[in-house]
Amino acid sequence: MTFSPCPDSETLANRIRIHALRMTNLGGGSHIGAIFSCADILAVLYSGILRVDPEDPRSPRRDRFVLSKGHAGAGLYAALAERGFFPVCQLLTHYQNGSDLSGHVSHKVRGIDVSTGALGHGLSIATGMACAGRKSNMAHRVFALLSDGECDEGSTWEAAMFAAHHRLTNLVAIVDYNRIQGIGRTSEVLELEPFADKWQAFGWTVREVDGHDHTQLHQALKSVPFSNSSPTVLIAHTTKGKGVSFMEDTVLWHYRIPRGAEFEAALVELEAGK
Amino acid sequence: MRDTFVGVLTELAPAHPELMVLTGDLGFGVLNRFIAEFPDQYLNMGVAEQNMSGVAAGLALEGRAVFTYSIGSFPTLRSLEQIRNDICYHSANVKIVCIGGGMSYGPVGFSHHATEDLAMLRSLPGMRVLSPGDLWEAAEVTRYLLEQDGPAYLRLDKSAAPLTTRHGEMFQPDKIRVVRKGSHITLAATGGILGEAILAADTLADEGIGCRVLSVHTIKPLDTNELIAAAKQTEGIVSIEEHAVEGGLGGAIAESLMEAGVYPGFFVRMGLRNTFSAVIGTQAYLRHVYGLDAASIVHTVRTKLGVGAETRVTC
Repeated sequence: MTFSPCPDSETLANRIRIHALRMTNLGGGSHIGAIFSCADILAVLYSGILRVDPEDPRSPRRDRFVLSKGHAGAGLYAALAERGFFPVCQLLTHYQNGSDLSGHVSHKVRGIDVSTGALGHGLSIATGMACAGRKSNMAHRVFALLSDGECDEGSTWEAAMFAAHHRLTNLVAIVDYNRIQGIGRTSEVLELEPFADKWQAFGWTVREVDGHDHTQLHQALKSVPFSNSSPTVLIAHTTKGKGVSFMEDTVLWHYRIPRGAEFEAALVELEAGK
Repeated sequence: MRDTFVGVLTELAPAHPELMVLTGDLGFGVLNRFIAEFPDQYLNMGVAEQNMSGVAAGLALEGRAVFTYSIGSFPTLRSLEQIRNDICYHSANVKIVCIGGGMSYGPVGFSHHATEDLAMLRSLPGMRVLSPGDLWEAAEVTRYLLEQDGPAYLRLDKSAAPLTTRHGEMFQPDKIRVVRKGSHITLAATGGILGEAILAADTLADEGIGCRVLSVHTIKPLDTNELIAAAKQTEGIVSIEEHAVEGGLGGAIAESLMEAGVYPGFFVRMGLRNTFSAVIGTQAYLRHVYGLDAASIVHTVRTKLGVGAETRVTC
């Protein structure tokens, strides 16, 4: 298995955002704010952090990645297409009749192991994968990207407790902490704070980064595991809708579909950032 | 059935290093031998069934054959979405095992009964649903499931019908077992309540009513051919299950026969009718209360045949 060279993560992040904007515009899909929120995390993961090979996407030695916040599926599809797992033109089938590219992420797509969409499932699946890897003495890591909203789900904390109890150091959770969930701010809906303390109390080793700062993301993710006796969680402080001024930090753009003048204006901003 | 199941897994584990048993913190004293001999193939997941089902999916996606184990509705209804999305949608090799099918845990109360599980699990794409009636069937379906890839639900009963195995009988997957031959009426049962059907058949035989008794150990896929034969060759079918009448064995039989265009002379679903099993008592007592014991089956058959209303029920 050879690991393909790292593209520039900033460029990849910008391409993910542009692809996702076009995909949600074309298909009438929502969650663009949640995709932009984690575009930098996805870009850094797929720029040399994840040991994955587009030529051999099912290699037993690959790192596993579970997009637990499955509603950001368009962002992951874009990252995979840019990394050569499938042709970029296939992205335009997103949300279309007969396509494999469902709104919520699908394992029918090359390079994706796990379908998600119902929140609070991904960390348990990743934990099972990490458990199997440990039992087989495999060196790969298992990464799971969670939304902050799905930390409302009890199942997320069931998995957190189990993974820490079994000291799954090969498990890395990343939380996209943009502080806005479906229809409100986390502080108003269900307060997550003290968030880092919660993870720590559950037995995880925690670090916090600016989830849009590629240097910070690279440095943190290059150094996993953070501990040789516990699972790792990286809390990425992010901004919902990051990259388009009028979408940033708004509840509206969790569900709003980019159309017409808003789509054009967003595209102009993102194109300028190339 | 529980001990039979664990015994078979313990016997087969050496040949199946991919086998893993996950429990939701239940099985005290029951799983001990398995745990002692195969500690690397065992995980106590704690009282966390959602995580148990999700972790099972993750393990299975990495090549493990996983059995999740708990009581009543805990391994199923509590984590139904994980079973649907994580296990079934991914065709993950996870077998969900419920001990205490139906009202096995009688006096413990309705929270520990599994009386809607067959309907819910049966509707999931790719899910096999098995509910053995005696200890031989329990052992055979366990062996069979370990050899099968993909999701399955195994419902184990505390009670078991007396062994009905014929000399040299080989287990036939997905085939209904005809445990009593008869051409008058058909009693189709699933789970340990098969024993009540057999008792009822004995009583009815004394009255000259020949019952064909079917053990439907596999509800999905359903052996439609055997049911069609029963519908055509006997005067009517009575389904018997410790389960709601909606969507379980009775529902499955009705669906398959209607779709096949074969209509039995009469059809009665014996099971719980729009009620929780809220009365307190042993499994046998609850069968009596909810009209599912042998006497109730006899009464149902007599009523449908219009005979013996004055005859004293003897079983």
